[in-house]
Order: sequence, then C-alpha cells, then structure tokens
Amino acid sequence: MERGEIMATQLNLDAVCACSENVVARTIEGEVVLIPLIAGIGDEEDELYTLNETGQAIWQKLDGKKTLKEVAVSLAEVFNGPASELEADVLGFASELTKRGILVAK
Amino acid sequence: MTETTYVVKRRLDQWPLWKESGPRLGQLDMELTERCNNDCIHCCINRPANDASAWVGEITTKQVEDFLCKAADLGCLQVRFTGGEPLLRQDFQALYIYARRLGLKVLLFTNACLITPGLADLFQRMPPLIKIEVTVYGMHRESYEAVTRVPGSFAQFQSGLNLLLERNVPFVVKWVVLPQNKHEMVEFEAWAGTIPGMTRPPSYVMSLDLRNRRDDEGKNVYIQSLRLTPLDSLAILTRDVVEYKQSMEVFASQFMGPSGDKLFSCGVGCSLCIDAYGRAQPCMGLRAPEWTVNLNPNLKSMREGDSLSSVSVSGMHPECAGLEDVLSQFSRLYDLCTTNPEYLRRCAKCFLKGLCEQCPAKSWTEHGTIDTPVAYLCETAHMQARYIGWLDKNEYGWEVMNWRERISGQRSTR
Repeated sequence: MERGEIMATQLNLDAVCACSENVVARTIEGEVVLIPLIAGIGDEEDELYTLNETGQAIWQKLDGKKTLKEVAVSLAEVFNGPASELEADVLGFASELTKRGILVAK
Repeated sequence: MTETTYVVKRRLDQWPLWKESGPRLGQLDMELTERCNNDCIHCCINRPANDASAWVGEITTKQVEDFLCKAADLGCLQVRFTGGEPLLRQDFQALYIYARRLGLKVLLFTNACLITPGLADLFQRMPPLIKIEVTVYGMHRESYEAVTRVPGSFAQFQSGLNLLLERNVPFVVKWVVLPQNKHEMVEFEAWAGTIPGMTRPPSYVMSLDLRNRRDDEGKNVYIQSLRLTPLDSLAILTRDVVEYKQSMEVFASQFMGPSGDKLFSCGVGCSLCIDAYGRAQPCMGLRAPEWTVNLNPNLKSMREGDSLSSVSVSGMHPECAGLEDVLSQFSRLYDLCTTNPEYLRRCAKCFLKGLCEQCPAKSWTEHGTIDTPVAYLCETAHMQARYIGWLDKNEYGWEVMNWRERISGQRSTR
C-alpha cells in the first residue's frame, strides 16, 4: 500500500487538509487548475487536473485551518442544507485528493 | 448523493480545458539568449556564446521573472524557453524553477549539449510537464560537427541525451535536413524510434529560415544554398506515399482555401514572444521593428529609421508597460489587410494557402516586409500540389476557381 493510500484511508472529519506544496493551484478563467510540481503526482508527463463543480466548491473552503467537518458546515451555510449531507462529499473529496498527493492532512 | 470522483485529469493537447474562451495569454515564448554554444551553418538567430555585446544587453533574471509572473496573471499555462541556446544562461535553473513554481509548464528547446547531471536531476525531480525538444544535426561526429562547427559538440550532445535517458526524462528529437546529414535520415528515424518519449514520428526542419534579424546578407546567401530544392522536399515528404496522401486528404479538408487580403491566419494576439533583450513580438519569427514593442526600460527602441512595410496598424505603440497592452496591440494584427498588388494577385487568391508556409514572419525574414510573396515557399507548395494532382503542370493555385472539387478528388474543369 502506498503512503497516500494509508493517509486517505485514515482520513476522518476531524482532519485538516491543505494543498500539498508539491502542487501549484491556480484559478484560470474561473476554473481551478492543479498543476503537479514534482514527479509522481500525475500518471503522464503532461497531466494536470481540474475539479468538478462540487470539488471546486469544497476546494474553495479548504484553508488549511478548518477541519473537514467545519468545511462541511461552511458549505452547508452556502448551499442552505444540512451539513451531515455534505460531510460524505467533503470526506470523499479530501480522500481522493490526498490519495493523489494533491492534498495533505495536517 | 455522494459523487464518485471530484478530480478530472486533463491533457492540454487532447481536451479543451476551458468551458468558454481560453485565458488571455495562451503561450509565452521566452527567448532567453541569442547566444549559442554551437555555430550552426544554417542558424537564423545565433550569436557566439562569448559575444559580450549580446550578453550585456540580455534581460536580467528579475526581468524574466517579472515577465513570467505577468504571463501567469494573464492565465498563461505554458512558457517556451528557447534561444539561441537557453541553457547558456547561468540562471537557467533558477528561471526554470521559478516558472514551474508559478504553475507554468515549460517547453524547452535545446541542443542538449549543456545538460549537466544536476540539470537532468532537476528535470527528473521537477518535470517540465512537456517533453523537452532536442534538435539533432547528425548521427555521427563528422556530420554533426560539420553543421555545428564546434569540435566536441557531438560528444556533448550524446552525453546530454544519455543524462536524460538515464533518468527517464521525456524528450523528443527533431532533425534539421541539410546537405551535410541528408544521407543519414533513415538512420535517424530508426534511432528516434527507440527513444521512449517518441510516440510519434520525428519532425523535420526543411524550410530553413533566413537570419531573423536580417543582420547578415552573406550568411543569408549561404543559408539559401543549404535549402532543399522543392523536389528534394517532396521526395522526403512522400517517402511513404500512402501515408502522405492520406494525411494530405485530412489536411486539405480542414486548411485549404484562399485567405483573401488578410495577412494573419494564425493565433496572433493570443500568444507572444519576448526576445532576449525584452522586446515583445507577435511570434518568434516576426521581428519587424514596426511590430515590436519594447518592454525593457533599459533598451533603446529599435524603430528609428525603420519603416519597411507597405501596411500599418493605427495605434501601435513602440513602448508600453504591460503584457496585456501588448496583446491588445497584437490582436489588432488579425484584421490587418494588405494592399501589395503582387500579394493580392497571387497569395490572396491561392487555395494552397494551408500548404504554403508563407506568412508575415517568413516574408519579413526574406524581404523585410510582411506581405511580399516568398518564392521558395510558393514553389515548394506548388510542387506538392502538382504531385497530389490538385494542379496541372504550369498551373498556379491562384488560377483555380474549382479548388474545392480539386481537393475532394472530384476534379472536372476550372
């Protein structure tokens, strides 16, 4: 099992996540673009990443200080819905990006 | 409901990244120096590696960093580092790291001779995200150094490539076709096929450009003597006749047809080039002073005494502060029309426009104007069109009215 996978499986809503220093996050034309800085993030030499709408909304709330639970609460205020329904998305998002090495759990 | 994935992998060459229009600046070409460690017989830009007058005028590390920052602010995702030989700059590693930390992909054009273990390590650890492009001048020392005119350069080139190969740094090779190496093309292709990064056939430089700065008439005469004849070009292009005809069929369906009196059919105004001294140009080939904007406060404007074009654009300012201003100025070139009677008689009506490499930059290097037909390119395009059967012998592309039928293979009368 890779290091990222261990971190992803251990992730829970109390975790605080931030963008890895091995990735450059840019917002271009309203699109979040994640550009690997070191080898091993992407599978191909010219690969970069964008986020879907849910991913973008979650990304914008990740400030490296809030726990994932607090991120879900924050999103719930924006979308006017129960935080409990958003927690699965936030955890899923953080797990996926942690596994890819784009996010790190602090 | 929980989604299954939140991240979308993108490859710029296969997937449109942007929902609507792209960023203001698509690509920045940074010409880091005009100096080169080689002294290639055909080169359109190089100056000697130890040329103090060239070195002293080059933009500083800080100036390059500022340009990169401004480019990133305009949404630019890709910078091309070229020259001369960009690796000659002492600050190359610092500039490379700076660009990558800004989130720029780096396309490096190099002869690979100056790649060191440290630099190869850097490319391995922090990949450029685009395959490095290495130009090859010969498969053996004799042919290679007959082109580069630098003893020992072949061994340096081999060493540089080996450093990349040992570290699995992806690169592609391309070949400049010259009398000195023409006989080695088959050997080159076979070798190129063994390079891991070569997922496509190699590209060839066949139409040698004259000196981009129009600075050496003697060398221009020599470069002209090195050019392939149109017949030689055709022979290379049609080595695999079936593949050639199939690719031309696809190409013709997309890119053929007269362009009229508009001069620019490229993406002018979406990308730009900054030369080694801090001047912005619409592209790497178009260095006409009247289309150049000085971004370097330490540099005197080149324009004095220069007025060579028969066309002009109102509102072009020789100096301005920001890249966005420059892009706005260059964008206006897209609507630029010529009044040159010879261009209007020939190029404007010629359906071979897509096949011909005629463009304002080529015209500039050949004639010092941006709208004078380039006979060499015209002959090469016509040679191909006659071979494919789009034209009869002694017939010209601008004489044909039923060109759509010609390229679709349903040829009848004119």
